[in-house]
Amino acid sequence: MAIDILIAEDEPSILEALDFVLQKAGWTIGSVMDGEAVLDAVRRLNPRVLVLDVMLPKRNGFEVLKQIRADAQIRNLPVLVLTAKGQQQDRKIALELGADGFITKPYANADVVEAVRALINGPVLGNVS
Amino acid sequence: MTLSADFVIATAIAYVGLLFLIAFLGDRHTRNRTGGFLRSPFVYTLSISVYCTSWTFYGAVGTAARSGLEFLTIYLGPTIVFVGWWFILRRLVRISHDQRITSIADLVSSRFGKSSKLAVLITVLAVIAIAPYIALQLKAITSSIEAIAGASEAGRGSLEGWDEVGLALGVAAGMALFTILFGTRNVDAKEQHHGVVAAIAFEAIVKLAALIAVGVFVIYLGGGLEPIFANAARAGHQIHATDTFGDRWIAMMILAAAAIICLPRQFQVTVVENSDEKHLRTASWAFPAYMLAMSLFTLPIALFGLSFMPQGSNPDMFVLTLPLAVGQDGLALFAFIGGFSSATSMIILESIALSIMVSNHIVVPVMLRLTSGAGIGDGQGVRRLILNARRLSIVLILFLGFGYFYFTRSSDALAPIGLISFTGVAQFLPAIIAGLFWRDASAKAAIAAIAVGFLIWLWSSLLPSFASSSPLVATIMAEGPFGIWWLRPQALFGMEGLDPLAHAVFWSLFLNTTVLILGSLMTSQSALEHVQAALFLNASNSAPAASPIRGTATADDLFLVARRVLGHDRAVALFSEEAKQARMPWTSLEPSPAFIRTLEREMAGSIGAASAHVMLSKVVSGDAVSLEEVMQMADETQQAIEYSQELERTSAQLRATADQLEIANRQLRKVDLQKDEFLSQVSHEVRTPMTAIRAFSEILLSEKALTDDAREKFVGTIHKESLRLTSLLDEILDLSALERGERTWENIPTDPEAALDQALHVCDALARQNGTEIRTSSRVSDISLSAEPDRLSQVLINLISNAIKYNDAKEPVVSISSRLEDDHYLIEVADNGTGIPEEERPRIFDKFYRGRLGETGPFAGAGLGLPISREIIARMNGRLELAVGEEQGARFRVILPLN
Repeated sequence: MAIDILIAEDEPSILEALDFVLQKAGWTIGSVMDGEAVLDAVRRLNPRVLVLDVMLPKRNGFEVLKQIRADAQIRNLPVLVLTAKGQQQDRKIALELGADGFITKPYANADVVEAVRALINGPVLGNVS
Repeated sequence: MTLSADFVIATAIAYVGLLFLIAFLGDRHTRNRTGGFLRSPFVYTLSISVYCTSWTFYGAVGTAARSGLEFLTIYLGPTIVFVGWWFILRRLVRISHDQRITSIADLVSSRFGKSSKLAVLITVLAVIAIAPYIALQLKAITSSIEAIAGASEAGRGSLEGWDEVGLALGVAAGMALFTILFGTRNVDAKEQHHGVVAAIAFEAIVKLAALIAVGVFVIYLGGGLEPIFANAARAGHQIHATDTFGDRWIAMMILAAAAIICLPRQFQVTVVENSDEKHLRTASWAFPAYMLAMSLFTLPIALFGLSFMPQGSNPDMFVLTLPLAVGQDGLALFAFIGGFSSATSMIILESIALSIMVSNHIVVPVMLRLTSGAGIGDGQGVRRLILNARRLSIVLILFLGFGYFYFTRSSDALAPIGLISFTGVAQFLPAIIAGLFWRDASAKAAIAAIAVGFLIWLWSSLLPSFASSSPLVATIMAEGPFGIWWLRPQALFGMEGLDPLAHAVFWSLFLNTTVLILGSLMTSQSALEHVQAALFLNASNSAPAASPIRGTATADDLFLVARRVLGHDRAVALFSEEAKQARMPWTSLEPSPAFIRTLEREMAGSIGAASAHVMLSKVVSGDAVSLEEVMQMADETQQAIEYSQELERTSAQLRATADQLEIANRQLRKVDLQKDEFLSQVSHEVRTPMTAIRAFSEILLSEKALTDDAREKFVGTIHKESLRLTSLLDEILDLSALERGERTWENIPTDPEAALDQALHVCDALARQNGTEIRTSSRVSDISLSAEPDRLSQVLINLISNAIKYNDAKEPVVSISSRLEDDHYLIEVADNGTGIPEEERPRIFDKFYRGRLGETGPFAGAGLGLPISREIIARMNGRLELAVGEEQGARFRVILPLN
């Protein structure tokens, strides 16, 4: 039961909006609301792209990303990082940890769709640098 | 021809008359021709031979007869100094000329910062130490007169009825008169007593000739040197005592070497009266040669006397009694005149030297203290006062000598008395040597060292000489004072078995030197001391003497002072010379520092360096020495030290400043970091609702085919998030205002129970919505305390709504209670949920911190409620805390003071 996109986001409203927009774009969606649940869901749902919020409860997005990149099975999963902090420092960390895309909240819905589309279709060749 | 006492005395008086004539001619000679033979190095050398007193004239033979070769030490010590250490003498002469030094006390005081204390100390000590020496001369003259008078039947003549004491008193009085007439005609010590020196040189020739005449006569009488030595050896007269070269030998060598420098009269003739440094070169061989000549016949006379004279004859008088015994009255008279020469030359010069010290270092300073700088009187006043002071000092010195003679008259030998004086004046040596060669030697240390050395001398050298006349002294000698055995004068600190002289020399000089060295290391020099030390140590560079007197003075003031001290003519000459050089009338002369320096040196020649310094300091306006100027004059070493200390201080200050800046900077960075962190959190908290609002707005804008339900739901979310955004901003502003310290805050008498009721009322709806039971148990009634009622309600609402919202129990209950405890009022808000995990407890009051439950779910807040609440309660002087208990759930406690 593979899905297209797994969303890891703890804010219910934002999750709802993302879910709506991405479904509308034609993808199947799964979601988790805390950091600890992400890895499990990735293995179980085998998504083509992970949309990952940084400020997640229990385990933050960066730690989750690090674990994914350290796991041989899922290390090639494209990850789009969302953050509300919007600082250069966060972007730098995300890219260093191997994020494939980075979007600052609040975002335009179209940007998220575009970014996800690029990750789903384009061949992912290692890290974006 | 038979000799009578009357005749001898008449001869002596005639001899004195001859000396006067020589002195008079000598003065006139030098005044007219400035120089001549009186300034030849040989006259200088002959005057130095004033070292050979009646002690050597008579006493050397006595010493040789009693102790063999020991008498040689008295000659060997000075020979070592003149041959081997003449560079020390040259240095002394050079410094003394540069600094216009007038005496040994002046020298030491000048070196140690013109210390008047030191000058007074040395003067007093010298006067005391010399008393035995003067006594020795009186004794020698008296004994020689007695010897002649006793040798003939009609000998006593007009001396009939005079005992030894009366005779000595007469001699002392005569000598005092003689010296006053001789030595106190002139006031400027530095003008050098050419007449006196001429007379002394003449006396040196007389005493040498007399001694050689007696020696030749004795050899003729004994049939040559060999028979004399052979006879003596046959009679068992040993001149090679087995212990000759022991501790006593060494001690005497040291004393004799010290004496040639430290004796006031030796300093006077060798240093002060020196007119040309080059004369020292001649003296360095001629003076030892003179002493060799003086000692040439000592042994033959002693040995012949021992074999020839009847048993029990006083060997000290052999020089006189041998010619008398064989009826050679003419030779005896010549011998007497020789001995008389030795004694008078010593007494004259010693009392002149001492009187200069007394007047310059004691009388003048006292006078300066008693009168203000300007009110000294006319120019003649000071001169007359100084002359009278000197005359009085001469009388005092001679009668101190007589007093010593009187109390120790039962002792026979001459030499031991002289050695007591030698030991006394030797106490100046460490300070002089250190002053010349050790830059760090300080005045305080020198004073202490000389005082200590002198006390030891008084105790272990001078005191024992009274043993024969005082039973008390004899007891102290045997048992120590009050029976303290280790204070026995001749076995100090338990040191026994040493010759008494060596013992006294060892302890006095050892402790003296030790105190000087340790004291100098422990004390610091004054600025003036430092300058003087530099001058003394750099004497060979003949650098211009820098006077620390600076500042301005009018020519008139200076002239008045100079005239008082130097006399009218000399002062006018000095000022005219200066005016000529400055090319202006000397009424408008502005005295340069160099001129003031010249004046000080000239005046130092009359009244000593310390007094001259004080006198001029009074006239020259301003503080005598400003620190900057002293620093300027101080040598490079001192400047370098000061500079490096300054640098050290400055760099220490810089370091401290840098440290403070570093701390401030770190705090700023910390504050900055906190601000960054806060802004970052605010940004995050604001962006989150904004994200939802933007996302849904875009959906609403772009999706035209939305159902009405979906559209309504989305608009509702936007509305809810807008409210959340507003309340977040309110909270941030609220917290910021609280933290900044809102000025409008006012605590008023408040009923906290009413605030609690209001909060309960507000939360009622929320509780019902969540199905939470609110239980209120015990409550306090009739209470009033100082608080802000609305803010208190706000806190309680926050706590109660938190307890409702984050209560995950199946049957949620929130318990409210209030009570009084000691002088506090407490409200507790507790729930029956899972409570706050231990690891989260320390952070729940942090800004933007949200616990596990607060992070998700429908009630996610900004994490500012608790920090705001705590801040509010703090403003009411209370505390908001999380109670740690056994019960399940979270329990918050508001504690407010009753007063």
